[in-house]
Amino acid sequence: MISQVIREVIDQLPTENYPPSSGDLSITTRQIFVIEIRNLSVYLTRFKMSSLEEPLGLDNLPSLSTIDLSRRFSSNRCSTSGEENGLGYCWIEGKTCGSFNSYKEDFKEYRREAFIWRHHKRENTRNDSENRFNSRHTTNLQQSSYCNDAGPRDLTNKIFKVMPSYVKIVEVGPRDGLQNEKNTVPTSVKIELIHRLISCGLSVVEATSFVSPKWVPQLADAKDVVEAVKNLEGARLPVLTPNLKGFEAAVAAGAKEIAVFASASESFSKANINCTIEESLARYHDIINASKKLDIPVRGYVSCVIGCPVEGTISPSKVAYVAKQLHDMGCMEISLGDTIGIGTPGTVIPMLEAVMEVVPVEKLAVHFHDTYGQSLPNILVSLQMGISVVDSSVAGLGGCPYAKGASGNVATEDVVYMLNGLGIKTNVDLRKLLQTGDFICKYLGRPSGSKIAVAYKM
Amino acid sequence: MNLFILIQDVTFDKHAFFVIEVNCKKSGLIKFNLMLSSKVIGCFSKRKSFLANIYDPTSLSSLMLLVSQNHEMADGIYMTTGNLGQSKSQIHQPPTVNSLSPHRFMSNRHYSTLHTDSVTTNTQHKLLGYIPRYVKIVEVGPRDGLQNEKDIVPTSVKVELIKMLVDSGLQVVEATSFVSPKWVPQLADAKDVIEAIKSVSGARFPVLTPNLKGLEAALEAGVKEVAVFAAASESFSRSNINCSIDESLARYRDVTSAARKHSVPVRGYISCVVGCPMEGIVHPSKVAYVADELYKMGCDEISLGDTIGVGTPGTVIPMIEAVKNVVPLEKLAVHFHDTYGQALSNILVSLQMGISVVDSSVSGLGGCPYAKGATGNVATEDVVYMLNGLGVKTNIDLKRLMLAGDFIRKHLGRPTESKAAIALSKTLFCASKL
Repeated sequence: MISQVIREVIDQLPTENYPPSSGDLSITTRQIFVIEIRNLSVYLTRFKMSSLEEPLGLDNLPSLSTIDLSRRFSSNRCSTSGEENGLGYCWIEGKTCGSFNSYKEDFKEYRREAFIWRHHKRENTRNDSENRFNSRHTTNLQQSSYCNDAGPRDLTNKIFKVMPSYVKIVEVGPRDGLQNEKNTVPTSVKIELIHRLISCGLSVVEATSFVSPKWVPQLADAKDVVEAVKNLEGARLPVLTPNLKGFEAAVAAGAKEIAVFASASESFSKANINCTIEESLARYHDIINASKKLDIPVRGYVSCVIGCPVEGTISPSKVAYVAKQLHDMGCMEISLGDTIGIGTPGTVIPMLEAVMEVVPVEKLAVHFHDTYGQSLPNILVSLQMGISVVDSSVAGLGGCPYAKGASGNVATEDVVYMLNGLGIKTNVDLRKLLQTGDFICKYLGRPSGSKIAVAYKM
Repeated sequence: MNLFILIQDVTFDKHAFFVIEVNCKKSGLIKFNLMLSSKVIGCFSKRKSFLANIYDPTSLSSLMLLVSQNHEMADGIYMTTGNLGQSKSQIHQPPTVNSLSPHRFMSNRHYSTLHTDSVTTNTQHKLLGYIPRYVKIVEVGPRDGLQNEKDIVPTSVKVELIKMLVDSGLQVVEATSFVSPKWVPQLADAKDVIEAIKSVSGARFPVLTPNLKGLEAALEAGVKEVAVFAAASESFSRSNINCSIDESLARYRDVTSAARKHSVPVRGYISCVVGCPMEGIVHPSKVAYVADELYKMGCDEISLGDTIGVGTPGTVIPMIEAVKNVVPLEKLAVHFHDTYGQALSNILVSLQMGISVVDSSVSGLGGCPYAKGATGNVATEDVVYMLNGLGVKTNIDLKRLMLAGDFIRKHLGRPTESKAAIALSKTLFCASKL
């Protein structure tokens, strides 16, 4: 029955002549419909493919992200007039959708039985459009229609010219997040969390940290977690190793990627890892040498890149120094962390400028905290400067250890939402991510730190 | 010639380390490191070092410094503070002199009662180059905020809130709305509020007037500025104010022309400029159409509102580009909602495009009427924090603003939505591990 419906839909759709944006040739287009049946709901999307394979004045084409499908095929909504320029309706500019009317009756009878249309409630309209099109990323379709494609990509506005087209999100929830939560989570839940995060499409998930359980009791089960997830495919699972002992334990457990943690602030380094910056760098030098022998890539973190809870402002040159040291030692990526979240674009930009002079931008990542609500603007300017790796934590797990009750990591859901809106690919399925965030927050017994999660729940 | 630098409201423990920046016309940027301890005050300058007199350092209320005569009168001063702990060796290390000194923007860790009105925003980086030097913040808490809160707030509390907001430096505070109490019971006391704030000076108090009746009531009450509210989406217009866009515009033409006869300026709001809860995405051309109509009928400022908060920079930029073709940029304001956490990034790109008026609500008052429990307006404290960090003048005292936020939140019995307010009230100056 379903395939019959699909065939009818395709047969009824006409080829039309779409006037090109320039020239006298009319280009014949055939609309291609992709029908996906997921979870008993049918999603219909339309792509235009030109026979000449030229882009067709994309700035005039509506974005298809909010096609209210159930209303499209329901009784009253059918004609598109010129005035109704809500992008969701302008499938065929200026034409009536007579073609849809004709199988309206057929659809009605199938509607209840064959598939469950999602009837869009007001609040859920956005929900569906985001979900539907975010999962499209994983199929690598070239025409991404969910976002305002005519927006940043084609804008002459210089701001967006250098933004990357793909951003890798490094998920630090299971490590940085859980490490800073009051409650300890059992190993099985951690493993489940990592599984779910990978299934969302995240390609790097920081699994755990091999530190002494005396300092971080929340991650005492590092060995068990790594052994359980070490063979998972589809994602890299780095672990934190603050010293050689931790490194050896990580390798023994089966870790294939490690991370080390330096600070741009002398006082913070002393307070946090009990040694000066130079001493810590020397320590990491040994670790990196050992890991090179085993072909294990190393990620370097620099903390307090904007400000330190003890010293106050940190000069960009110090950050550049530490980043350069880590890079020269052999770290394949350096993550710059605003540990106390005080950064704003005015301080982030000079810091990034200083670091980009000594470390190539493709090796840099940004790790902002949302303690003052500034992380998304900071991420935005970092993207504008060419950074293409962003650290975040599902549901904003991980409070700020320096301001009790304040928030810490930026929420992955919020970052993905912004990147989607910018037209930047992430390969992350927002809907699954929201479910994952829900799962872990229910377990921890705390509300989600992601505003998107709160908005979608309602 | 002597230069006096006044440092106020400073308290510290045994040691304190100050970095004082002075922007001199002649010599450019000069930085001084000043270390205070219980015994010695030392000042190291690039050219000379000298000692100043000692005052009671453990609880300074003011300190006067004499600066060498080589420096002309500076444009102004900026200072930041930090506690260094007890290590003496660090005191002698001057911080790296950097052309884009981060100290300049470091007003956010310890909120200072001195606002950065004298720092030349030498935004050398191209990404920040177009950001205006001064941004006007339009505070909509008492109207847009309280209108969307469940509980009705008594008149006296509203008036006190407005007074505290004006006290913090806000120059435009939307006081109330003259709508039928049937629709908005929270603002039924509009007349009384206006009456009570008549004597408050230093700020403008626009009120919302959805129709001629409301306008007349407002003018009678003595209102000096009004606002009207259109939508860029047809369905939203019909469901929100029960008429089509064109009908509402016709109504507002009457309101605007009547207001202008009384020399009362009018502000125009456009809602759903990026997305509509019913229609989905709203095309920028629709927004431009409504903006054009509002501008032509005589609105002095047009505020573009992302009512459901779905906007991201990718959709905000085309929308502003479309609107600025029909309305001059200096007459545009942005009113973003933080429902999806995108408000600050949207405000940032708007600033990069040249917008210089931002609407916000103290402590994020006003939830989202379309997603229960989700946030609505962006919090003024967060916006001011970001603007301070960007070196943009706002004339707003963050500390007093937080006090106003605290006040209204205590009354409503709910915690603030502003992350900056939470962090600033809880931040420990020393790391918890020390």
